[in-house]
Formats: sequence, structure tokens, C-alpha cells
Amino acid sequence: MLGNCAVAALVLAGLAAALRVGRSPLWRQAGRELRRRRPFALLVVALYAAIALLDSIAWVDHEGGGVHEARSLLVRAFPADFREASYSAPLADVEFYGGAPLRHPGSHWLGTDILGRDVLLQALRGARVALLVGGLTSLISIPLALLFGVAAGYRGGRVDDVVFFVTSTLASMPGLLLLVALVMALGRGPVQVCIALGVTGWVGFARLARGETFKLRELDYVQAARALGVPELRIVLRHVVPNLMHLVVITFVLTFSGLVLSEAVLSWLGLGIDGSWGQMIDQARDELSREPAIWWNLTAASAALFGLILAVNLVGDAVRDILDPRTLRERA
Amino acid sequence: MLAYLVRRLAWGVVTVQGVLLFLFVLFFLLATPDDIARKAVGEKAPQAVLDQWKQNHGYDKPRVWNPAAPADTMLFDHFRRMLSFDFGNSDADDTPIAERLRAGVGPSLAFTLPLFVLEIVFGVGLALFVAFFRDTAIDRTATVLAVLAMSVSTLLYIIGAQYVLGKLLRWFPISGFDPDPSVIARFLALPVIVGLLSGIGSDLRFYRTVFVEESGKDYVRTARAKGCGEGRIMGRHVLRNSLIPILTQVVVQIPFLFTGSLLLESFFGIPGLGSVTVDAINANDFSTLRTMVYIGSLLFVAGQIATDVSYTLADPRVRLG
Amino acid sequence: MTRVLEVEGLVVSFPGEHGRTPVVDRLDLELDAGDTLALVGESGCGKSMTALSLLRLVPRPGRIDAGRIRIDGEDLLALRVDALRRLRGHKAGMIFQEPMTSLNPVLRVGAQVVEAIRLHERVGVLEARRRAAELFERVGIPDPAERLDAYPHELSGGMKQRVMIAIALAARPRLLIADEPTTALDVTIQAQVLELLRELRRDTGMAVLLITHDLGIVNEVADRVAVMYAGRVVEVGARETLLGAARHPYTQGLLRSIPALAPRGARLPEIPGSVPSAGAWPSGCRFHPRCPRVFDPCKQHDPDWTALPGQRVRCHAVARELAS
Repeated sequence: MLGNCAVAALVLAGLAAALRVGRSPLWRQAGRELRRRRPFALLVVALYAAIALLDSIAWVDHEGGGVHEARSLLVRAFPADFREASYSAPLADVEFYGGAPLRHPGSHWLGTDILGRDVLLQALRGARVALLVGGLTSLISIPLALLFGVAAGYRGGRVDDVVFFVTSTLASMPGLLLLVALVMALGRGPVQVCIALGVTGWVGFARLARGETFKLRELDYVQAARALGVPELRIVLRHVVPNLMHLVVITFVLTFSGLVLSEAVLSWLGLGIDGSWGQMIDQARDELSREPAIWWNLTAASAALFGLILAVNLVGDAVRDILDPRTLRERA
Repeated sequence: MLAYLVRRLAWGVVTVQGVLLFLFVLFFLLATPDDIARKAVGEKAPQAVLDQWKQNHGYDKPRVWNPAAPADTMLFDHFRRMLSFDFGNSDADDTPIAERLRAGVGPSLAFTLPLFVLEIVFGVGLALFVAFFRDTAIDRTATVLAVLAMSVSTLLYIIGAQYVLGKLLRWFPISGFDPDPSVIARFLALPVIVGLLSGIGSDLRFYRTVFVEESGKDYVRTARAKGCGEGRIMGRHVLRNSLIPILTQVVVQIPFLFTGSLLLESFFGIPGLGSVTVDAINANDFSTLRTMVYIGSLLFVAGQIATDVSYTLADPRVRLG
Repeated sequence: MTRVLEVEGLVVSFPGEHGRTPVVDRLDLELDAGDTLALVGESGCGKSMTALSLLRLVPRPGRIDAGRIRIDGEDLLALRVDALRRLRGHKAGMIFQEPMTSLNPVLRVGAQVVEAIRLHERVGVLEARRRAAELFERVGIPDPAERLDAYPHELSGGMKQRVMIAIALAARPRLLIADEPTTALDVTIQAQVLELLRELRRDTGMAVLLITHDLGIVNEVADRVAVMYAGRVVEVGARETLLGAARHPYTQGLLRSIPALAPRGARLPEIPGSVPSAGAWPSGCRFHPRCPRVFDPCKQHDPDWTALPGQRVRCHAVARELAS
């Protein structure tokens, strides 16, 4: 339930961003430039996003009585009761060990895992988890970072000292350990994991926002606004924050892949989100040592993970090049 | 300079207090002592056993405020013990934590140190090479490879290395550790290779960016006008001016060489401090985890100070204080 | 009289919106030993790119597309990398506009001069340091031996520029290219540096190519003057001839607009219009839209050189004048 609220929040945030961006000619130009430079990577990311969206629209069938699980559009694209009894190789007709006939022979393109679940479906469902991790965590960490960073940069003095203390404290704790400690304290669950990731990850961007705010504060039009007596909050919201947006976008895209990879490591520690690729990899890890080895589930999850991370990294590089203040100045 | 160091140390001490406070809140206020006891002893243990366990571990005192004796609270205890390096015993198996720390440092260093050195040598060296050939096919290929290398999860490198180099080719043992100097290299080879592979992609890109940016500066143009060859320019002029960003990346890692790597040690069976931490996580051993985070933060503060000092050695314009 | 520098038809281009855009277009220059030639022009006319191309230092993505450059007889553009390296600093040295950023901040200035010496001559470090101290003294740096161990940030702008000159002179070049050497300095320091350049030229017989936009400096230091407009040289001549009797309408316009030379109380004359940017150069003679003497051929053909005693001009109006 909480997970679905999270997804809804993300979709709304995305729509709000798109509306804002659509109105400004500079952002539209940046978007065109991005489409020109990395069409394939963008397409791949869009594909993953579409799959994630398909997996987010779910409802419960009430026929037949009893308690049913909500099934998403993605799940419904596959036959109901697509499970087998145990392992089967990709496109096989029989079980891997033992050779018993399958219920859906030849239909499992990427085979099935130890519980007989179709590997392709699982890999596809991982997209939702990955995008949830990247998106929700950023939705938590970026506003936090902006709040602390801008406050420190604009007010300076005591506020800056306090923020510096908080960020130093957080930064001085080894990331993975802190993450683990938080998840253990908050409990397992997608939203909790995202909160943990968000709380441990906002420091870097906060420092950046603080530095930029220092610079923005000294600009002539900000000084003029202050001299005119414009209320501080208004100055911050109208003049400072919009000028940080390009950094927000760069940070979001560049940290996205790091977040997904962190979740994979958390899954290996048993602290991740159910259904993620990290979890698939963790479960599939030992199966390579069987005779004969079972490789398809590990390969599927790895390929899915690699595909998204690579595409996001490529898009991220292009975004950073396009929105880099130096290139912005040259173009303007 | 001395005044600066003193100030930084003082600030470090304040930060560490902050860390201890944060740890306390995290572990003791979000989870009650009863929860902790239950996790250690067993979910179904009777209350008497839980109470006994709590008393043994000092978890039976009031957490923050004790009207009878203000100093006799868990909060105070926590600060006092951590600050005096009295780590006590592990919640999971009652062994002294300090012992495990001492035993674990050696194996951790045995592989983090070579990995650290190799990562710098390869990262900086390859980046210099690629920056020398910037905008050529070599540069473009290297960048592509770096992005590809960065996009693979460390987990996959571990699994892949263990499978291909360990199982298929049988070049190295899949895991394990033997401190005997004649065989230790074989056991450390895989973790070091995996560590190198996972880091080299982003290192290469970062250092390359630094070197390319320095290469565009005016003093490089002067050096060229003097008759400096491109190789000398990269190795002498650009490298020396890039030291500050390089040191920022590198020096801060030095303290953490002691704490090892959670992933690598546990996958490759190296009994270092990383393994200690992972075992603590799996056993819900809060007292050990608390100690590890505390030590980590101490080392971090030390690393920050060391980094600042190293700047003065690298760049004559930097004056601390 | 040896020709130290000869440039013919130099073309330097940068990528632009419509393919490669030339910023220096078929430029010609000559310079003999012992002479000082001032290359004058407004910002954006391509004079810095010209200077950089003389040592093949044009920054990427710029490129020398065509032309011939001979330094002391050697064909610059045909040189391989190692020969080019040997030429730089030894045959021709260069000093740049921004002394602040042109010195390596993490190396002591003495070491940077020593490097300049040892790149071209086989001398030991001690001997090189001795020579560096001598050079410092020559360029007017007080306490030269102590100053060897200073870092650039410990020196003032004027001192830094002197260090730059010392570096450029270290390998005893035949040609010194000075790209706006005093623009970033105070006026008093400017005068000192110019005096230094005059002395050095006298003592060493070096040829000096001085790039500047300041006609006052030209008057102080130059033997000959070349005026550049929109990527080409439009007038060249001896200093007195050019400053006293310039023939090209652009040069005349420039000279008229110097406040010190203008009649008091009258409105300061200006050249109408503004300098066209590279890529948007007018057809024919590039100055024609702003020229008071424009007539038909100016819009279609780029004028050739018209020779006069003591000067050369590229101007159809002048050519027509002479023909009649």
C-alpha cells in the first residue's frame, strides 16, 4: 500500500517537473539537445520506465472467493498460473532436474527459477523496484539537501555551522554501515529502504547547493531584491532555487545508478526490497556451482541491471555536458 | 599551521560526539532493549532470561534520564565507554569486541593495501595516458570501456571472477585466506582484481577529466611555447597541478584501509574487519555494529585532517589557518 | 639583413555554424632581424590567433588551414613534432597576455626558467640556475638569486611578466612574439616592461613581433606597423610613415579617433558601424560598409597590395588614386 503511494508520488512529481520544464525555452532546448545526443540510451530508459509503469497498475480480481493478490498489467500479460514446479532451462519443455514435463512447455523464454517462477517476468518486474529506488530516494534526498544547503548558504553564520555539523556527522559514518544500521532500525520495506538511502545520501548535494547559494547570494539582482525589502523566503524561492535546478537534474541522473547499485548490495545483505534485481542475483548466486550450472536467472537479472545502469549513465553524462554552467554560458 | 590542526581536531571531536549521539538514537531509541535482547537470545525466550541478558549487557538501565543517579543511564554509559574505547562484548557471542578488532585488522590490510596502491597506479597512470591521447580513438575507446566497467555491479564482478577465474580456469581459489606469506598472494588475487575492476571505470573518468581540464590552462601553453614535449607536459606540469583533486580522492581512503571491505571480505572469505561487520549485521549484533561505525567515524575525521595537511605539501598556494 | 619571419597567405579557421570559419584570412607578414613590428587591430580581428599560429599553438578545434610560415628559413608547417619542439623557445619565443595564469603555480619560477634553458642546451642544473639568475637581472628583477626560489603567487603582476620574458629569452631566440604583453598590467609597470623590451632588442638584435591594440604603445616601441582588420593585414609601413601619413581609410579612422590627437572641443570622430565578426565578413573589401571612400569595386573584389614609398596598402581607392 505504501509502495503504491510512493509510486503515485513519483508519477505526480514527474508530471509537475515536465510541466515546469515544458514552459521554459531553455529547458526545451536542453531536452532537444539530449534527444539529439543520446537517442538510444533515452529510448532504453523510457522502455524501462514503461515496463515499470505497467507493473504499477494493479488490481485485485474478486472472483472465486478467498484472498487474492493484486495483479499488475505486466503480470496479466503472462498466462495466469504461469508457475512451474522447479527449475527449467530457457525455452525448455521439461524440468531441468528430473525431466518432468512443464505446464507451459516452450513458453518460458528465460526459463524458471527454483520456485518455478518465470525468469523473464521476474526480470521485468525488477524494473519497477529499480525505478522506485532511484526515484523515491531522490524525491527524499534532493529536497532535504536543498533545504539544508540553501539555508546554510543563504543565511550563513550559525545556520551554516549547524548544517556543517550535521553533514560532517553524517558524512563521517561509513556509508554502507550507516545504511545497514538505518534499515535494521526502520525495518524492511521499499519505503523504509528508500528513506534510509535518502537520509544517507543527501550530504553531497547539500554541500554543492550550499556552495552555489553562496555565489548566487552575491549576484546583483539578489542584492537588489534584498535592498528593496523583498521577504527572504520569496528571494530564496524565486531567485535562488530556480537557479539550482540544473544542478538538481544533473545530481538526480548521476546518482540514480548509484542508488540502484546500492540497493543491490543491500539485497545481498538481506536488507533490500523484494523483487529487485539485487535480490534475484543474491538468490541465484549459488546456483552457478551446481552441476550442471544454472545460469539463466543470474544472467537475466544481471543483464537487466546492467542495461538500466548503462543507459542511465550515458544519459547522465549527456545531461551533465548539456547543463554544465560553462556550456550554458557559451550557448547564451 | 598548528593552530589550524588544533582547531580541526577540536571540530573532529565535536563531530564524533555527534556521531555517538546519532548512534545512540538510532540503536537504542528506535529499538527497545527488550527487542535487542530478544534478537540475541531468541524470540520466544521467557522474560526472566531476557532480563538477565539485559543486565549482563548493561541494557537494563534507564535509557536517557535516571532521576536517582543522573550518570547511571544507558546514554551516559554509551558515551563513556565509546570515548574510553571500552567496547565491551559482542551481543551475539559475548566475545570481547576489542579482540576481534585486533585479529581482523591484519587480514583487512593485507588486501586493501595492495588494492589501494594498484588502484592509484592504474587509475592515474591510465588517465594520464588517455589524457595525452585526448580526442583520439584511444581516448574514445577508453571512455566507452570506462562507462561499461562502471555500469556493472560489484556483485557481478565478484560472481563473475569467482566463476571464471576460480571455477572454470582454476587460476585462483574461489575464496579463503591463509596468512602464510608463500601462498597469501593466491588468496588475495581475486579480491584485488575484483576491487580494481569495479573502481577503475569511475577513477579513470574522474582523473581524465581533471587532467584534460588542467591541460587547457594557460601555463601549459607557456610550457609548450618553451619547447616542452607533450609527454613532459603531462607528467611534470599537469600531474603536479592535479594533485589537489587526486589527494582529495586518495588520502581520505587511507584510514579505511583498516576497516576493510564488507562485500569483498565476505565473498572471498577473508577474516578481516569487513567480515566482522557483516557477521554483526547478520547476527543483529548491535554492540559490534555500534563499535564499527564509531571507529569508522574516527578514522574519517583523521582522514579529513590528513587530506588538508597533504594539500599544503602539494600546492604552495595553500596555507592552512 | 636576414628575414627572421615570413608569413604568406596564412589561413586559420575554427568550426562554426556553417562549416569552418576563417578568423585569419590569407595574411602576409615579414620581419627582419633587429626590427620590431607592431601588429595592430581591434579585438576580434584575429591578431592573437596569428601570433599563436607562428608557434603552431592554435588551440583545438582551431586549425591552420593554409599558408606558409618561415621562421629563420625553416618551414614551420612542415616540421615534425620533435623539430617543432626544438624550434619553440630556441628559434622563437613567446610571451602572453595574462602573466597571472601563464606561469605554472606549483613550480618555483627559477625552475621554470631552468627548464626553458635545459630543454634546448646541454647544461647542468647549477649552470642553468646561474644563467637564470643572470636573466632575472637582465629583465630587471631585484635580488635575482633569491627570487629564483619564489613561487609565482608570491610575485606581483609586473614581476611575473618579467619572469615570462626571462623564460622566453632563456634559449636565446631570434624572434620574440609578444601578445599584448602589457594589457593586463598597470600603466607604470607597462612603461617599465616596454622600456625593457626596447633594451633587449638593442642588446640582442632579436626581432620582435608585438601584438597590441594600443596605438600609444606602437608609437613607443615599433619600427614598423601592420594594421589588421577582419583577418587580413590592410596596411603595413614604417612607423613614422604610417602614423603620420596613413593611406588606408581604416587606419586613418583609427588615428583620428585617438583622443589625445583630436582637436579640443570638437566631437570625437568615430568610424561608423562596428567590426564584423568572423563568419559574417562582408564581400569584397571587408571594410567597405564602413568606408567613407567606398565605390563599386570595393563591394566585389578584395583589394591587392598597392605599393608606396615606405608602406603598402590594400585599398581600391588608393590604387585608383595612384593610377591617375
